[in-house]
Amino acid sequence: MTPSLHLWLIPALPLLGAAINGFFGRRFSRQAVSAVALTFAGGAFLMALYVAARFSSLELPYTEFLAHWIRSGSGPHMFVANFEFYLDQLTLVMLLVVTGVGFLIHIYSVGYMWEEGGFYRFFSYLNLFMFFMLTLVLAGNYLQMFIGWEGVGLASYLLIGFWFTKDSAASAGKKAFIVNRIGDFGFLIALFLLIKHFGSLNFGQVFASVSQLPGEIAGYGLLTSIGLLLMVGAAGKSAQIPLYVWLPDAMEGPTPVSALIHAATMVTAGVYMVARSHVIFDRAPNALTVVAIIGTLTALFAATIGIAQTDIKKVLAYSTVSQLGYMFMACGVAAYSAGIFHLMTHAFFKGLLFLGAGSVIHAVGGEQDMRKMGGLRQYIPITFITMSVATLAIAGIWPFAGFFSKDEILARAYQANPAYWFIGVTTAFITSFYMFRLWFMTFWGDYRGRDTAGGHADSHGHGGHGDPHESPMVMLVPLMILAVLSFVGGWVGIGGRFEQFLAPVFGEGASTAATEALSHGTEIALIAISLGAAGMGWYLAYLLYLKRTDLPQKIADMLGGLYETVVHKYYIDEIYATLFVKPLVDGSTRILWHGVDQGVIDAAVNDTAEGARHVSDAARHMQSGNLRSYAGWVAAGSAIVIAYMIWMGVR
Amino acid sequence: MLHLILFLVFGAICVAGAVNLLVQRHPISSALSLVVVMASLAVEYLLLGAEFVAAVQVIVYAGAVMVLFVFVIMLLNAGEEELTKGSSVAMVIGVPGVLAGGLLVAWVLIRRSGQSAVALGALPGYPKTIGWLLFHEFLLPFELTSVLVLIAILGAVFLAAKPDTPPSPEGRKG
Amino acid sequence: MVPVSYYLILSGILFSCGVIGFLIKRNIITIFMSIELMLNGVNLSFVAFAAQWGHLSGQIFVFFVMVVAAAETAVGLAIIIAVFRTRETLNVDQVNLLKL
Repeated sequence: MTPSLHLWLIPALPLLGAAINGFFGRRFSRQAVSAVALTFAGGAFLMALYVAARFSSLELPYTEFLAHWIRSGSGPHMFVANFEFYLDQLTLVMLLVVTGVGFLIHIYSVGYMWEEGGFYRFFSYLNLFMFFMLTLVLAGNYLQMFIGWEGVGLASYLLIGFWFTKDSAASAGKKAFIVNRIGDFGFLIALFLLIKHFGSLNFGQVFASVSQLPGEIAGYGLLTSIGLLLMVGAAGKSAQIPLYVWLPDAMEGPTPVSALIHAATMVTAGVYMVARSHVIFDRAPNALTVVAIIGTLTALFAATIGIAQTDIKKVLAYSTVSQLGYMFMACGVAAYSAGIFHLMTHAFFKGLLFLGAGSVIHAVGGEQDMRKMGGLRQYIPITFITMSVATLAIAGIWPFAGFFSKDEILARAYQANPAYWFIGVTTAFITSFYMFRLWFMTFWGDYRGRDTAGGHADSHGHGGHGDPHESPMVMLVPLMILAVLSFVGGWVGIGGRFEQFLAPVFGEGASTAATEALSHGTEIALIAISLGAAGMGWYLAYLLYLKRTDLPQKIADMLGGLYETVVHKYYIDEIYATLFVKPLVDGSTRILWHGVDQGVIDAAVNDTAEGARHVSDAARHMQSGNLRSYAGWVAAGSAIVIAYMIWMGVR
Repeated sequence: MLHLILFLVFGAICVAGAVNLLVQRHPISSALSLVVVMASLAVEYLLLGAEFVAAVQVIVYAGAVMVLFVFVIMLLNAGEEELTKGSSVAMVIGVPGVLAGGLLVAWVLIRRSGQSAVALGALPGYPKTIGWLLFHEFLLPFELTSVLVLIAILGAVFLAAKPDTPPSPEGRKG
Repeated sequence: MVPVSYYLILSGILFSCGVIGFLIKRNIITIFMSIELMLNGVNLSFVAFAAQWGHLSGQIFVFFVMVVAAAETAVGLAIIIAVFRTRETLNVDQVNLLKL
């Protein structure tokens, strides 16, 4: 019996940090707030390292019980849910990614947010997010995972709307939370189905029960329904079609928030959840197909939007949506370890991209429009180098991290269905194109920002002050660390080592057999094609944005309406607004507010009062102050009483 | 027989006086009609044998109370009554109500009268007997009425007194 | 031998006249006199009942009623005088400050 690992400490430390900063941070100095936040975030990371060190001596999957929570009913149908933790290889990977990247972003934020108001609030929310994310990752049952699930949504809302006095930020926060909730509804129904049919939400018990069921090959059954509903939840949290619309708007938040929550960790919760529930999905191939289709389409769709965006953060946001699509594509072809692999490398290079973008924005004093940047590589060389590493990684150039993970996914997709692979390669081409477009527009050519007086878009920044300047060391060190990780992070996948590490979790006996079916020659061909696609993307970007910078405008004019549609994100937001938002808001205003609240409830109260007033108004005429009328009433009343008494006496 | 005739005659005078009180416009005429009513009521009491009550009726009621009324009418120089339109309720609801009530009671009385009848001077109310009762059985109410009269005197004096300027502190000092 | 009910009917007539007087008269003193009329009517019925039942307490009660009526008259007329001083009128329709 292994001694307890005290897994509860891992989420508890950031929670403590959040509480201290939240309640007392207002009175602390900035140094104190940063110290508190970094200590507890770093503490969580150290705990994760400790767990990793002890990992080989553990019996897996390792569960740890913290406290009783729900005990409902009695007898054989009693429903029990406890606070418990579950640790296996998948958890360890997620744990290291979340705490490691999280800690780096905490360090970066100290520099980025130094001059902002509400410093303590930011770090309190950031620590709070860490707490919820770690609860999600370490959860031992679906209910605890749901707590973390909802909690990261809350933290996301708080952080997106951090500058809540800005209308667009507040609306973006609301939008994120509401769209998330729609997904959560699907998740909840799936949980209810699980409770109904398996009587428990504990991972061990559910997976044991499910693995005894046969696979549902044809038609739709219980497991397919659960799988589809879980996918609805994942689509909401991980910004897939049709619930991705909140992620681009979420760029209203500070850039470290975009890096941590909307690139590295929160949005990957959906992928983690699907991977964790692979036992269910393995027996519901129809649901898995839906997952793959959604992932593939999202990857392509988001990439096409990304090529026309001018805000540097928006490009990265759509890129995130697209890369998440890759991860779901991987899960959809039952290549869960490939999906998790890409999750890990994506955390490195996308986190780096966002942090680097933040550094760029900081350098040019708050400007986020790429058309007003350019030639920045002379001014901010370290940022330039780190962002180049990240760009090469995301484009899938060997030997950077993204190459290995993306190629793994494409290979497995090709095995499952060449159509997935084809769309994947096309998307890789487009990805490479828009990333290098960003790279060229930002760092090469001439600096176009001098005529406009510096920053106005992002509320971060201290006005234009001449030349762009490099960020302070506290922001650069995390960039450098992430750059190293983006370079070497993919090497754990060489020779299938990563897949073997995760094999006990996913039991991918069938998939390993499938990999062997892919001949070496085919593999080389696939790699060559994807590298070629990446290279073509680079060349096209070079052509349009460095060599002949007049071409993009001409192409845009040529394409006319099509280009307009892409620039306006296919008008999806407008379509949603007309189809869903407006009827809801109108219905709510007219029926619920005017109709029910004002018409029924307010009216009931007001009309009762009105009625009382009318009655008393009528009654007051009896008080005429005239003696004779009083006497008249008395006489009439006494006559009635006499009549009554006589009548009673006569009966 | 005699009883009945006397009863009817003085009863008629009573009613005539009462109606006259209603009909007359000047309050002094009404007051004098009331005196007539009281006098004939005293005779009715005598017919029933209540001597002491009849005497008290004339001395106190007709002799003191009505005199007080007449004094006040003179003091306030009450003139003929103006016909102001006050309240329709009194006329529309009140009078019919009273008539209805009165008729009802009368109807009940007539239906159930039947047997009981009284003779002339049926229950002699000698002063001695009345006095005995007042000082034995009804002593407490008797004493209380004396207190009541005291209160009435005080109240009347205070209420009707001329409103002088209240004594001021300056007046006291000076 | 006169039936008691005759006396009672006479009493009722007097009472009703009193109430009607209260309702239709406008001079406050006349209204007061109607009240006295009512009291007299009631006195008659007391005495009649006393004669019917042979119990003298009916006549004693008449005694008390008269005392109360006298006291009430004194106080009531004092009030009327006081009201007259401020309102300058004996017309009861013009004393309606308690109107809502």
